[in-house]
Amino acid sequence: MSRRAIRDLWRAGVVLVLVMLALPGVVHAGDQISDEQARTLLEGLDASGFEAKGEAVERIASSQATQRERWLQALLEGRLARERRGEHFYIITDDAGREWPIIDAITLEDAGTGSRRTINTITINNTLRTRIEGALAAMSLTAGDVSARLAAARALLGTLDEASAPGVEDTLADEEDPAVREQLETALALYRVQQGDVAALETLRGHLDTRVRNALVPLAEGDGELAGEARRVLAGIERKREWHQRVQTLFFGLSAGSILVLAAIGLAITFGVMGVINMAHGELIMLGAYSAWWLQQLLPGQPGLALLLAIPFGFLVAAAFGIAIERSVIRFLKGRPLETLLATFGVSLILQQLVRTVFSPLNRAVAAPEWLRGSWQVTEALSISYSRLAVLIFCLVVFAALWAVMRFTRLGLEVRAVTQNRDMARAMGVRAARVDMLTFGLGAGVAGLAGVALSQITNVGPNLGQNYIVDSFLVVVFGGVGNLWGTLVAGMTLGVLNQVLQPWVGAVLAKIVVLVGVILFIQKRPQGLFPPRGRVS
Amino acid sequence: MSQVRTVSSGTGSVRRSMGHLSDRTTTFTCAVLMMAAVLVVGLNLLPSDHALHVGDATVSLLGKYCCYMLLALAVDLIWGYLGILSLGHGAFFALGGYAMGLYLNAQGANVDGWQAWLGHFPLAMLAVVLAPGLLALVFGWLAFRSRVTGVYFSIITQAMTFALMLAFNRNEMGVGGSTGLTRFRELLGMPLNSHAMTVALFVASLMAVLLAFVVCRMITTSRLGRVCIATRDAEARTRFLGYRVEHVKLAVFVVSAVMAGIAGALYVPQVGIINPGSFAPLFSIEVVVWVALGGRATLFGALIGALVVNWLKTVLTTEMPDAWLFILGGLFVVVTMALPQGIAGLAASLRRNRGGSAHE
Amino acid sequence: MKGFSMGSLSLSRPLLMGALLSAGAALGLSDDARAEADRDPIRVGILHSLSGTMAISESTLKDEMLMLIEQQNERGGLLGRQLEPVVVDPASDWPLFAEQARDLLSGDDRVDVIFGNWTSASRKAVLPVVEELNGLLFYPVQYEGEESSDNIFYTGAAPNQQAIPAVEYLREQGVERWALVGTDYVYPRTTNKILEAWLKDQGVSDDDIMVNYTPFGHSDWQSIVSSIASFGGQGKKTAVISTINGDANVPFYRELANQGISASDIPVMAFSVGEQELTGIDTAPLVGHMAAWNYFMSVDSDANFDFIDSWLAYKGDDSAVTNDPMEAHYIGFNMWVEAVKKAGTPEVDAVRDAIIGVTVPNLSGGSSAMMPNHHITKPVMIGEIQNDGQFSVVWQTPSNIAGDAWSDYLPDSRNLISDWRAPLHCGRLNVASMTCEDGEPAVSQ
Repeated sequence: MSRRAIRDLWRAGVVLVLVMLALPGVVHAGDQISDEQARTLLEGLDASGFEAKGEAVERIASSQATQRERWLQALLEGRLARERRGEHFYIITDDAGREWPIIDAITLEDAGTGSRRTINTITINNTLRTRIEGALAAMSLTAGDVSARLAAARALLGTLDEASAPGVEDTLADEEDPAVREQLETALALYRVQQGDVAALETLRGHLDTRVRNALVPLAEGDGELAGEARRVLAGIERKREWHQRVQTLFFGLSAGSILVLAAIGLAITFGVMGVINMAHGELIMLGAYSAWWLQQLLPGQPGLALLLAIPFGFLVAAAFGIAIERSVIRFLKGRPLETLLATFGVSLILQQLVRTVFSPLNRAVAAPEWLRGSWQVTEALSISYSRLAVLIFCLVVFAALWAVMRFTRLGLEVRAVTQNRDMARAMGVRAARVDMLTFGLGAGVAGLAGVALSQITNVGPNLGQNYIVDSFLVVVFGGVGNLWGTLVAGMTLGVLNQVLQPWVGAVLAKIVVLVGVILFIQKRPQGLFPPRGRVS
Repeated sequence: MSQVRTVSSGTGSVRRSMGHLSDRTTTFTCAVLMMAAVLVVGLNLLPSDHALHVGDATVSLLGKYCCYMLLALAVDLIWGYLGILSLGHGAFFALGGYAMGLYLNAQGANVDGWQAWLGHFPLAMLAVVLAPGLLALVFGWLAFRSRVTGVYFSIITQAMTFALMLAFNRNEMGVGGSTGLTRFRELLGMPLNSHAMTVALFVASLMAVLLAFVVCRMITTSRLGRVCIATRDAEARTRFLGYRVEHVKLAVFVVSAVMAGIAGALYVPQVGIINPGSFAPLFSIEVVVWVALGGRATLFGALIGALVVNWLKTVLTTEMPDAWLFILGGLFVVVTMALPQGIAGLAASLRRNRGGSAHE
Repeated sequence: MKGFSMGSLSLSRPLLMGALLSAGAALGLSDDARAEADRDPIRVGILHSLSGTMAISESTLKDEMLMLIEQQNERGGLLGRQLEPVVVDPASDWPLFAEQARDLLSGDDRVDVIFGNWTSASRKAVLPVVEELNGLLFYPVQYEGEESSDNIFYTGAAPNQQAIPAVEYLREQGVERWALVGTDYVYPRTTNKILEAWLKDQGVSDDDIMVNYTPFGHSDWQSIVSSIASFGGQGKKTAVISTINGDANVPFYRELANQGISASDIPVMAFSVGEQELTGIDTAPLVGHMAAWNYFMSVDSDANFDFIDSWLAYKGDDSAVTNDPMEAHYIGFNMWVEAVKKAGTPEVDAVRDAIIGVTVPNLSGGSSAMMPNHHITKPVMIGEIQNDGQFSVVWQTPSNIAGDAWSDYLPDSRNLISDWRAPLHCGRLNVASMTCEDGEPAVSQ
C-alpha cells in the first residue's frame, strides 16, 4: 500500500471521528444479525491479502453485529483464530503456554481449549492495525472525551484539503476546549498558508511541530511576500527548536549521569569510605534488579506495586548479601585492602554463575508500570520520558538520604570516625567491627537500589553488573575517593559531557573522549574533583 | 590508609628471603623452566602412539601459558616491587599482539599504507617493543610527574585500556574492528601450523619467560630494586632522601610494559587471533588476580599463579562447563583468606617450617 | 601440566558418557539400542558460550543440540552407533574458542563434528583451527558473508537471505528514508555497506540514508533515538534498519517506547532480534516493529509444532521460545545426519563430499538444501512483533533463496563465487578471470 493510500485512510478515519463528534447521541441500534451473517463477516477476515482483510474490517465495523468490538479487539491482539479443519471462529482468552482456553467468536460461549495444531490465528500487519484502531476508536467514541478529540485534531495537521477544511471550520466553531481549538486553528492556518494566505502565517510563528516546519520548507523557497515571510517564521522556529534541543540534551545528560551516580554511589561507600576494592559491586546491583523481577513474578498484574515494594526489598536483599560477604570474607582481610580485590573478584564470579544456574542465563523481562511509560510532552520539541525522570529523581533522593545518614546519624558519625582513625575510634568505644559490617551492608544495599532503578532502563541478566563496574570505579575516582558530593558531581558531569559529545562524534568516540578527558584531568588533579582534606591516610 | 602498614609488614618476609635465599630461588626457577623446555620438547618427539607423547596442541597450549606467565611477571614487577597496581596491563599486551598480528597479516597480503611497513620483520619487532613502550612512557610520565598514586593510578590505567578497547573496536582503525586480526599463515617464511613452528614458538616463549625472570631478578636485587622497594613502602621518605622517585617509577613501568608487549607478540602466532577483547578491563584485572593468587612480590609466585589459573581454566571449561566459575571463584576467595602470601607464600612458609625457624 | 589435564580427560569423559548412557536407559532405550551403543560412539562437539556476555544467546543452542542428540539416540543413533555430545564452555572469550576447538579436534578422542559459535569474531577465531585440523563446523547464525571455508557450513542467513529482501519489502511499503543503526562490529558494518550500495542502486539519495554505530552493550539511547525521530520527522516515510546486537536491544526498544515512536511512525526492521531477545522486553509498546528471519516460532507447519512441543517438553518450561538460529541448528544437524548416512561413515572428508545437495525438511513446511558454497536454501520472512512477544509473519518469499557467500553489491566481491565441489574446489573463485584466490587472506573490513 502506498504512502498516499495510508494517509488517505488516516484522513478518512479522522473525518469519520469528527463526524461522530458532531453527531452526539447516535446509537447504533439495529436488528441482531444471524449467526450465518456473522460467519460470513468473519470469513472475510480469513482472506490471504491484507487489503482484503482491511475491507472485511470495514464491513464488520459498519455492520450491526453486537460482537464486532470484541472481534476487532481480538484481531488487533492476534487472538482471533479459525479452526484449522472446520468452520468455527474462536477468540483466544489466554495465549500463554501450549493449550489455550478459547471461546466461540459468534456465540461467545466457552469452547474448551485450542492449540497451534487445531486453530490458526488471523494475522494483521501495520497498515491493517492502523485501520482497525481507527475503526475501534470511531466505535468507542464518546462525545465528551476531550483527549480523543485532541488526538483527532492533532492528527489533522497538514492533512486538510478543500473537501475537509469547511468541515473542520464548523467543528472549530462548536469546540469549547482551548487545547483542541488551538490544534484546529493551527491546522486551518497551515492549510490557509498553503493556499497562499500570508496573514495566516502569524498563527504558525514559533510553532514547534515538525509537520509545520516540513510544510513551510517548500513554501520558503522562491520569491514573493509569502516566501519571505515564511523564511522568517521558519528561522524563528529553527531558533526555538535549537533551544529546546539544548534543554533536551541537558536532560539526557543528567539522566545518563543519574544512572552513573546510582551505580557508583554504593561503591562510594564500600570503596570510597571503607577502602574495599569491591569487584562484586556490579553483582550486588544485579541482585537488586533481579529482586525487582522476582517481586513482579510474585505479584502478577501489579508491576507498579511490585516495583515500589522492590525498593525496600532490593535494598534488603543486596544488603544481606553484602553483610554476608563482609562477615565471611572481607572481615578477615582487614588492613589488606588490595587483597579484597582478589576475594571479591572471586565472589563476583560465583554470584554471576549462581544467577545463571538459578534463574537461567537469559534476560528477564521487568515490566514498566503504567505510570512510568511514555513521556511528558513539555512542548512539541521537548519531551521528557517518565522513566528517565523517575530515575533522576530517585537518584537524587537516594543521594540525599545517604548523605543525611552519613552526616546526621550515629552510624554516619561512627563510620567517619573509624575511617579517619580506627584505633582512636575503638579507644573511644566505637565497635569498629560492627561499624564495618553495617557500612558495607549500607553500600551494598544502595547498590541494590541502583539495580531496582536500572531494571527500568536496561537488561536484567547475569551480565548486568559487569556493564557498570568500570564506569562506577571511574566515577568514584574522578569525584575524589571518599567524597559523596564528588561522586554526584562526577557522575553528572560525565553523563552530560557524554550526551553533549554524542551528536557530534558518535557514541563510540564520545566515550573515548570522555575517558581520555578523565585521564588527563587526573593528571591535573591527582586526587579527583574533591580531594580528601587533611591527613586521611 | 592502612595499606602502607600492610605492605611494610609483607616486605619483611620478602626482604628476609631476598638475602641468601634469592640466588637459590633464581637458580631453582631457572632450572625448572629449562627442564620444562627439555621435557616438553623431548616428549613431543616421542612417537604419537606412545603413552607419554605430548601432542602439538598441548605444546601450543603450554606456549600460550608461557605468554601469560610473562605478562604476570610484568605486572608483578611493578605491583610487587614498586607498589603500582596497574589495572590496564592488558593494553600493553594487546599492543604488542597487534604489532605482531599486523606483521603476520602483512605477509604477502595486499595491505596498504603504514600497515605495509610492518611487513618487515625487524620493523615489526621494533613496533612490538616501541608501541607498548612509548604508550607506557607517555602515560607514565604524565601520571608519575603529577604524582598520581594508589587507586587513582589503578583506575586511570583501567580507563586507558577501556578507551583503547573502544578505539580498536572501531572499524575506522583499519585493524579488523571487533573481529581483530586472524587467519595468519606464516612467520618468517614458515607455516604457522607446522610442527616445527609450534615447538619453536613454545621454546621461544619459555626462553622469553626465563630471560624476563632473570632480568626482573637483576632489577629487584640491584640498587635500583632497593630504591623501588623503598619507594613502595615510603615514597615521600625516599623522595626526601634525594631519589628521583618518578624517574625510577617511569623506568620500571616502561620495562614492565615492554615485557607485556613481548608477551602479546609471542601469544598471537600461537593462538592465531588478536582482537580488542585483550584490551578489556576484565582481562587486566584477571592478570592481577593471577599474581595475587601466586603471591605478590615473589616473581616466581606470578609464574605459578598464571600457570595454575590458566591451566584450571582450560581443564574446567572443558570438564565442567556449568560449574567452573564456582570453582575458580571459590578458589580465589579461599586462597585470599587462607594464604595471605599466595601460593608462593605457602611454599616459603613450608620451607621455613622445615628449616625449624618458627613462623611469625 | 597438560599431562595432568590429559589424565583427567581420559578419566572423566567415560564417566560423563556413562552418565549419559544411563540417562538414555532411563528414557526407555531398547536393549538392542544399548547393545549397539557398546560400539564406539560418534562424538559431537558443542562449542557454545555458557558464561560471559554471549551466554544469553548461546546457552539455548547448547540445550537444543543436547535435545537433538538425545532424540537421534532414541531413534537408534546413527549408523548403529550412539551419538555422544561433548560440551565445553568457551566463556565468550574468542581465543578460548580457538583453544577449545583445537582441544576438540586433536587427540585420539577427537570429535567428528562441531556445532557452535555465535559471533563472527568467534567464528573467525575458530576458522584457522578447523581448517588446520580438518574439522567440520556448523555455524547457525545470520552473518555478514564475505567468507567461505571448506570446513565450515553456514546454516544461518547470508545478507541476501535476510537484509536485502527485508529492505525490498519496506520499499514496497513506501519507505523513502533509511536510518541504518547498528552495533560497531563486522556484521553491521558489512551488512550496512551492502544495503547502502543496494539502496543507491535503487536511486535513494545520500541525504535519505543515516548511518549510526554504537559500542557493544550500549545502554543510553536517548540522543540517538531522538536524532532518529528528527531524521524521520522530515515528511518522508522513514524506517530504521537495526543491526543492533543482542544486549543493547532492550534499552533501545525501551527508549523507542519512551519517546513514543511507534511502528506506524517509524517502523524498525531488525536483523538480530528474535523471540529470545524479546523475552527480556515488555512488547506491548513495540507491536508492529519488524524483524527479518528465515524462521519464526509462529510459523504454521506441523514440523514446527512438533519441534516446539519437544523443545517445551525438553526444557520443562511452557514459556520457552524457539528462534531462527535454533532452526538453523535443526537443519544443520539433520543435514549432517543424512550426510553421514549417505557416506556410511562420520569421516570428515566423506561427509563433506556427501552433504552437498542433501535436502532435509526445515521448520517452515518446506525443505532446505546444502549448496556447493556451503550455504543453504531458505525462505525469507518478515514478522511483526505482537503483544505476546511472538512475531506474526506478514510477508514471505514465494520460494527458497540460496545463500550467497560473496555479495554482489560489494566492489571487492562482485565477481567472486564459492564452489567446493570437485573439480573447482574453491572458496574464492573469481568468475571474471576464472582464477581461484583462495590463498589470499580475507578482505579486511
